[in-house]
Amino acid sequence: MREILRQMGRSGMILAGFAMVSVLVVAATYHGTRERITRAQQQALAMQLDTLVPPARYDNQPTADTLQLRDAAFGSDSEGTVYRARKAGQPVALLTTIVAADGYAGPIQLLVAVNADGRLAGVRVLSHKETPGLGDAIDIERSNWISHFDGRSLDDPAEAQWKVKKDGGVFDQFTGATITPRAVVKAVHRFLEYERDHRAALYAAEKTR
Amino acid sequence: MSTPSVREILSNGLWHNNTGLVALLGLCPLLATSSSAINGFGLGMATVLVLLLTNTTISAIRQYVQSEVRIPVYIVVIASAVTAVELLIHALLPELHKVLGIFIPLIVTNCCVLGRAEAFASKQRPAIAALDGLATGLGFTLVLTTLGGLRELIGHGTLFANANIMFGEAGRALTLHVLEDYRGFLLAILPPGAFIGLGLLIAGKNLLDARARQRGAAVPVVQATHCAPSALPTP
Repeated sequence: MREILRQMGRSGMILAGFAMVSVLVVAATYHGTRERITRAQQQALAMQLDTLVPPARYDNQPTADTLQLRDAAFGSDSEGTVYRARKAGQPVALLTTIVAADGYAGPIQLLVAVNADGRLAGVRVLSHKETPGLGDAIDIERSNWISHFDGRSLDDPAEAQWKVKKDGGVFDQFTGATITPRAVVKAVHRFLEYERDHRAALYAAEKTR
Repeated sequence: MSTPSVREILSNGLWHNNTGLVALLGLCPLLATSSSAINGFGLGMATVLVLLLTNTTISAIRQYVQSEVRIPVYIVVIASAVTAVELLIHALLPELHKVLGIFIPLIVTNCCVLGRAEAFASKQRPAIAALDGLATGLGFTLVLTTLGGLRELIGHGTLFANANIMFGEAGRALTLHVLEDYRGFLLAILPPGAFIGLGLLIAGKNLLDARARQRGAAVPVVQATHCAPSALPTP
């Protein structure tokens, strides 16, 4: 009995010792890489924002001038971040990520940029699980479909035309994939309406820390 | 367990006991991340790094670990090595991290890592164990990259697309548009393409092995036939 207990104690000590050393290793790595990871994430974000709203158009730091909002228009239950670009204090554009929850294979994350006049500066897909070769044409790497949103607004096309062609609208669908573009068009349209209704408040609101 | 020669370790890891083609371990990441040559290569290299770390560590601590608790200890070592590698990739190659996503942390569950720890590293000197880790990892990378290349070529008509996520902007020059104006072949990119591709690779390896055996057998060794009459060579 005593022998067994001693054996258990020794094994426990060895396990605990290794667990401790491992925690130290992981903690040290985490500490050493944390800053770089944050920087890389911010850089990636800034680069994405720049593709839609070129830096020449604004003189503030959109990644620092943000709002945390929760609204059905963002398409998700969690808080969305709105980035605001301004020039000489005047509103230039809003950028945010929205979610098209009804994609063919789960939610599609979109980055949208809306100019202060209500026209789209552009839309990009951030992440999706759509079928490769069919639905993934929404990705700018695969086709230029998503760039057809550039310059569009709620009046262009008219309300009834904010649909894919199959549903009587102006936006192309893909051969074999209608659900994906339909979901994207719907999500973009929904956010445009939200932006129109709250534009003044969105630019005026105190930035969230 | 006697110490195998360097040659044996390399040939086992890269060919005769290849993780992907013979042992068939780690199929989940193998099938999921082999949609392009670069993705496959990236995950392969991450696995090489993990295997090097874990095999060396486990070999170095083999005298201090009682056999009753060895598996938990191995798991702790493997899990922390994988977490460290994941953080490093996230910091140094953020784009690759984005593409591989969940499959980097999932290296923990790749049976070949624990398998090499238990079957090899726990019985050998650190240098030998490290070499085994390298060989096993490279064997896995070879399969991942070949399968990825095959699927990418058939599916998209390119090779090494998006190489910039691993090698920086200079990597873009690596991309080969093998087939211009190729419309793509969806099946190769989808999961079934991974299974079919892997099946073809395994068949190809068996074919090569069988040829080599035949060639080896045809020349000298015919005297063994008396104990296996059914294996008599037919004229």
